[in-house]
Amino acid sequence: MIGAGIVGNSLAYHLSELGWTDLVLLDKGPLPNPGGSTGHASNFIFPVDHSKEMTQLTLDSVRQYEAMGVFTCSGGIEVARTEERMQELQRRVSSAKAWGIDDVSIITPAQVKELVPYIDESVIVGGFYSPGVGIVDSLRAGTIMRERAQERGALSVFANTEVLGIDVEHGRITGIRTSRGDIATETIVVCCGVWSPKIARMAGALIPLTPAVHQMIDVGPVPHFKDTKGVIEFPIVRDMDTNMYERQDGSGLEIGSYAHRPILHDPEEIPSNEEAALSPTEFPFTEKDFTLQMEHALELIPDVLNDESVGIKYAINGILSLTPDGLPLLGETPEVKGLWSAAAVWVKEGPGVGRAVAEWMTNGESEIDLQSSDIARFYEHQRSRKHVRDRAAEGFNKTYGIVHPSEQWESNRNVRLSPFFLRERELGAAFFEAAGWERPQWYESNAKLLDEYGDRINRREAEWESRWWSPIINAEHLAMRDRAAMFDLTAFAIFDVTGPGALETVQKVSMRQMDVAVGKVVYTPVLSPSGTFKSDLTVMRLGHDRFRVVTGGAHGMADLKWYADHRPVDGSAQITDLTSAYCTLGLWGPRARDILQSLTSADMSNEGFAFASCRTIEIDSLPVLASRISYVGELGWELYVPMEQGAKLWDLVWEAGEPHGVVPAGIGVYGTTGRLEKCYRAFGFELDADFDVVEAGMAWGRVKAPEFIGKEAHVQHRESDPVAVLCTLTVDDHVSRDGTKRYMLGREPVLSKQGKALVDAEGRRSYVTSAGAGPSIGKHILLAYLPPENANVGEELLVEYLGEQYPVTVATNDSTPVFDPENARVKA
Amino acid sequence: MRVLCCVKRVPITGGKMVLTDDAQAIQTRHLGFTISPHEECGVEEAVRIVEAHAVEAHSGEVVALTLGPGEAEEQLRECMALGADRAIHLVSDEEWDAQATAGAIVEAIRSEEPFDLIVFGNESADAGNFQVGIRVAYALGLPVVTGLKGLTIAGGRARCEQEVPAGRDVYDVPLPAVVTVKEGLNLPRYPSVPAKLRANRKPVDAKPVNRPPAKLEKLRLVVPEGQGKQAEVLGRGADAAPAVVEVMQKLGVA
Repeated sequence: MIGAGIVGNSLAYHLSELGWTDLVLLDKGPLPNPGGSTGHASNFIFPVDHSKEMTQLTLDSVRQYEAMGVFTCSGGIEVARTEERMQELQRRVSSAKAWGIDDVSIITPAQVKELVPYIDESVIVGGFYSPGVGIVDSLRAGTIMRERAQERGALSVFANTEVLGIDVEHGRITGIRTSRGDIATETIVVCCGVWSPKIARMAGALIPLTPAVHQMIDVGPVPHFKDTKGVIEFPIVRDMDTNMYERQDGSGLEIGSYAHRPILHDPEEIPSNEEAALSPTEFPFTEKDFTLQMEHALELIPDVLNDESVGIKYAINGILSLTPDGLPLLGETPEVKGLWSAAAVWVKEGPGVGRAVAEWMTNGESEIDLQSSDIARFYEHQRSRKHVRDRAAEGFNKTYGIVHPSEQWESNRNVRLSPFFLRERELGAAFFEAAGWERPQWYESNAKLLDEYGDRINRREAEWESRWWSPIINAEHLAMRDRAAMFDLTAFAIFDVTGPGALETVQKVSMRQMDVAVGKVVYTPVLSPSGTFKSDLTVMRLGHDRFRVVTGGAHGMADLKWYADHRPVDGSAQITDLTSAYCTLGLWGPRARDILQSLTSADMSNEGFAFASCRTIEIDSLPVLASRISYVGELGWELYVPMEQGAKLWDLVWEAGEPHGVVPAGIGVYGTTGRLEKCYRAFGFELDADFDVVEAGMAWGRVKAPEFIGKEAHVQHRESDPVAVLCTLTVDDHVSRDGTKRYMLGREPVLSKQGKALVDAEGRRSYVTSAGAGPSIGKHILLAYLPPENANVGEELLVEYLGEQYPVTVATNDSTPVFDPENARVKA
Repeated sequence: MRVLCCVKRVPITGGKMVLTDDAQAIQTRHLGFTISPHEECGVEEAVRIVEAHAVEAHSGEVVALTLGPGEAEEQLRECMALGADRAIHLVSDEEWDAQATAGAIVEAIRSEEPFDLIVFGNESADAGNFQVGIRVAYALGLPVVTGLKGLTIAGGRARCEQEVPAGRDVYDVPLPAVVTVKEGLNLPRYPSVPAKLRANRKPVDAKPVNRPPAKLEKLRLVVPEGQGKQAEVLGRGADAAPAVVEVMQKLGVA
């Protein structure tokens, strides 16, 4: 382990807990504070986050800090200066309840004042009170964990020891060279925060983070704090609208900011411990960047700051790690076997990350799902210096931002363009980004369909839900159900598994039977060792020794690594990434067959081209791999051609489709409305490491005979009753107190009819995993795991959305779709 | 009472000193900038003197002056956050020797209303020539007392105290006068948030100055041996207490 900050120490401890011995922890700095970001962290923890993964990691960290006796509970309040922020705070209440944190509440300015008497309540309109907020002694925690591992005899610690090189042979770690000697090892974890990219590069791997400035000042002594005991008595205040926080620290007050211009550095720019005037990660304060923040702080806490005797005693540009998507970088690097990353981790989630990564290294998975933080998630362009810096800069000022669930990045766009792009732009596509691809979410050219469908399309009255959304999505949906629609699915990740060991590889990784006839398409869950979801994807058998895996763009690179990692050791299987080689055009709807048949002499009839089969057909001069499956519940095909032939394919299908009334349709239909009417599950929403296949209602058919990862657990899951059941719910009444119709967007808590949280026997909360319109059934559809006692068709429940409760009813309690339950359309 | 405080922008050095490749300057890539502790005490003293001698509210003024690059405005703002009312910035990117610096300051002083007191740090934190204050006094024909650890202004005279072994030397000089002061003269305040914000609104009179040919030429810098951070472990637990007390007594804080 390279780096003795909160992450390295925690990792050392948890690895030793899991039975590892011969552990070595290195740091180039002295102990207990080697000079990294842990040493100057503000050390407070607000547990609630909209991300389940981050909240779980933070809650686990709090438990660990508490057990070590280094957590001081102070409570915390996020204050709002605007009504828009108040709505955001209501969303935070929802997220808190969805992730099992119940003691939070919305409070009035007067209540804020009562808890924090030194603020001026006239500048705020309310607050989100989180009593579980507290501060930790992260350096002490690190020392405790390190010493426990040492006491166990499992860990040697070398401070003041610099890494000079990392040895890699045949893509595997073999050793590390340091200023105090060399060590032979097969496993290295890079957990040195802002220095991580520099260290990983020694092994030929990329850790895509950038050091960035977070400004902090300490003022004091505050007369108001004269009689306080300990380090903190008053709740920490986050002034969300100004991107700042203020917290008591003994007799002083610490003020921090994420509001200043993004100030990014390179790891190479960080001074050595010897050269640094303070610590290497405490850069000189750039005062101009903080002027506006001082004015903002003065507005909120004039009683403290207007006092001329309260001086600014300390001010730094603290350096911390930012990533392109704001999430940590965890797991084995895709480039080098045995080289792990545990970087871009903040104090609030440090011990949780330490435990989870230790579990992953030991068992191949962790109790808390780390799918969003998996370092294998990036495509190459997303690891470029420019992308990392552009996105880190854009994300920095959103640290306390109101970020819509569908919000799009503005920087570094138009990187990956499908061959359909020019046509799509002509049609007025609203482009959303998927794995760097520009992908139409809907098309303005379809606005004319709004008249055609009139009242069947509901308009969203509230600005929040109409943001990043258009009623055209629902119109495209209806046109697809009535006629046919073309979809750009080029963002799929595609890779071939080939060679004599190909079948063995896909059998091992995939839950479903892969030893099928050539020309079959199999949709399969991919399981973790404990039988929960690692992914779900489709596999086409293109030949005896050739399997083509097609998976979602967002998680495609992690899936590729998972397959690659499970190839036979004899080298008999190869994996080829074809993501940038093929584009994908989806064509679905009742007229899809007529359109396609008019373009080809191949037999496209149900008998001639059965559901779940694939083969190459000729369309005009193009050999096209056609695969008859559907994620929108319609008759149709995915059509694959080499990138450069995509534009031709689009034009051919478009022209042939015109007499049939084909429309272009966006991912708003593919990913939400079409999918939800069919109750199809989505990875990262319904499917994650918290739930198993039986609970997800996907344990149809027999368990295949060959071994596969997670089989033993999966068989056990089938033999016992599920602890939760994935259900489809529909909303009965959308009208809010002020008369506006409101539409849930996902991640809201599901409550009993009496308004109580639903919790299953494993302590998991019921929350909305996906939400969206069902234009064909005329209802808003929600998916949620419910405890079995509530998973009854017709059961009436409530969903809490932005502080109000709405009645919902369970529509189905298995995978039966709410639209076309017989699946007649798909199999037409 | 009108007091002028002359200050110099210098790097904050705390770690190992690294020189630029041509050995002409300290490598400041990682460093912040400040004024020396002597000068901080000088500004604090000036602010206190003007406050104490204000005939009426807001009479008198403290003016901060520096000769340095454009960035040195930051240091003038620091002085104004400590209470200086306005600033004079003689802008030059070049490095000036003590004689030339004194000449430019004298010229600037002559273009102002006369000051009652002109305060310098005893020596600059980087070059350490110990000359500028004395040269300015000489050129202006004013008395000068150096190395002050105490200063009392009364009846148009300055009582100046220098620290010497086993006591203090006291000089009594008429105003106007020049003094150079040392850290320990007072305990400078930390600027408050409103003071910082006020400082941003105070006027800075910036004017370019041209360096005359240098009479003292710097050849190169050398970092002395043994420079850098040193940590000595005094002991562990309660047993370390006597050694800690001894260090504190040596430092004069216990």
